[in-house]
Amino acid sequence: MQMTDSKQLYQEVILDHNRKPRNWGVLEGATHKAEGHNPLCGDHLKLTLRLDKNSVDAINVEGESCAICKASASMMTTVVKGKTRGDAEQLVQEFRDMATGKLDHEHQPHHLGRLTVFAGVRDLPTRVKCAILPWHTLHAALNAQESTTTEADADPMHTPLGNA
Amino acid sequence: MMTAPNTAMNVLRDAGLDVERLRADFPILKLRVNGKPLVFLDSAASSQMPQPVLDRWIRYQTTQHANIHRAVHYLSETATAEYESARRKLQAFINARDESEVVFTSGTTDAINLVAHGYGRRFIGAGDEIVLTTLEHHANIVPWQMVAEEKGARIRVVPVNDRGELAMEEYLKLLGPRTRLVGVTHVSNALGTVNPVREMIAAAHEKGIPVLVDGAQAVPHMNVDVQALDCDFYAFSGHKMFGPTGIGVLYGKAAWLEKMQPFKGGGDMILSVTFEKTVYNTIPFKFEAGTPPIAAAITLGAAVDYLAGIDMAEIQAHDTDILDYATREINRIPGVRIIGTAEKKAGVISFTVDGVHPHDVGTLLNDEGIAVRTGHHCAQPVMQRFGIPATSRASFAFYNTLPEVDALVAGIKKVQKVFG
Repeated sequence: MQMTDSKQLYQEVILDHNRKPRNWGVLEGATHKAEGHNPLCGDHLKLTLRLDKNSVDAINVEGESCAICKASASMMTTVVKGKTRGDAEQLVQEFRDMATGKLDHEHQPHHLGRLTVFAGVRDLPTRVKCAILPWHTLHAALNAQESTTTEADADPMHTPLGNA
Repeated sequence: MMTAPNTAMNVLRDAGLDVERLRADFPILKLRVNGKPLVFLDSAASSQMPQPVLDRWIRYQTTQHANIHRAVHYLSETATAEYESARRKLQAFINARDESEVVFTSGTTDAINLVAHGYGRRFIGAGDEIVLTTLEHHANIVPWQMVAEEKGARIRVVPVNDRGELAMEEYLKLLGPRTRLVGVTHVSNALGTVNPVREMIAAAHEKGIPVLVDGAQAVPHMNVDVQALDCDFYAFSGHKMFGPTGIGVLYGKAAWLEKMQPFKGGGDMILSVTFEKTVYNTIPFKFEAGTPPIAAAITLGAAVDYLAGIDMAEIQAHDTDILDYATREINRIPGVRIIGTAEKKAGVISFTVDGVHPHDVGTLLNDEGIAVRTGHHCAQPVMQRFGIPATSRASFAFYNTLPEVDALVAGIKKVQKVFG
């Protein structure tokens, strides 16, 4: 496996969101919530959001995690705020596809915008689960699932072909 | 005493170990990773193989291979002789009384499962107790949980203090009339603590309790004499002592092995088979069903030969130098905490970096060509004891150098700078 120099991943924007995560904490009056937990590496997020007329009115995350997971969570909250439920779910799918290398963000259409700073994670197969945990947690919250994980069988890089 | 500037070369003890010559035996250490010379600090997970050991594998496969203990032809007899010769090398390596006490397994995990099945299922019953320690690798926890669940037995756990040392007074209290086995790791894979296994074995034996020692992390770092230890079982892996993966050893006292039921059934472990009755083979063959990893066993024998060419006292002195130096240098970095500060340690430094998750540490060190393990090290109870999900772990073998420690220290500082 060709290993990318991970400095491409640890860019200033990601480090900044890690240092000062946005929308951090628990939302009062949340209509939806879920926990994302990767017990093997210790990443643990609590996501709370308020849906108003099918739009994400407010969203908060808090927890303990590595920088990739935390920055991904922080940037996710800033991006999905104000989006419709359908748009948010589409971003979940696109982010996951980009992280697992299924979406070529440079040549295929997508709505990820500055979230493409996470594209480099596809060259670090053991870290993909960190980047996508917040997104899976968002998906869980929107679908009345209490908790989710991106480890073991749920890790998209864990399949025989590594790209499922 | 040391007034010169603190560089690695200044503290290189005038030791007998010619590390540079030894390093030349390990082709993989010449690799470059991400454009940097590989700094391999993950030998506790799996060590590297020197050229003479690699050559042995090729020589076996190209000139000696056939199935063992079966045919009468030249190759089969040669392979059998080499396989049994490897067993005797392992016997000498741990000073077992008899070669029949050396069972080839696929590794430490397989060896412990063999004891859990062969001894545990036969001699542990409802209400009995199995004493383990907080420092155990999952491989010495889960097989016993499976036995305990099946038999209605109970697992008791020896706690550790803040330095990562076993609480011996608690251990002694846990040895009771229902204790059927003590399972203890010789050296903690997560913290490096060297446990006082000889004293623990003596205390257990006073109450007639057998002891299994997980020696996976000990054999690359110290002379192990199973007769001096008087352990009942000693399990270790080839790939952590400069041999190949897929091979390991269970040492068991003959008296126990004789009483134990086989773990796996099949060819080679029988004397005769009819559909009415099967007569098991003698030890150790009773436990070696099917075609074993012959090449791996013979190659492990070559690793024993290779180690025999190095003075273990010199390896230990080098080990101590590296560990002392790395401990001191890492302690000098503000915001870095070493987890596991036992008086007696071997080969391992686990650490955390304030504000940086171990996986970020590992990924960024990899950019510098530095290989460390990050995670819970298959020892989650240890992590829980210290209230952390994971650590970064640098582990050392005799082929590591003080300049490599300097590279690690520089790498950690770089990580901190990135996260500044």
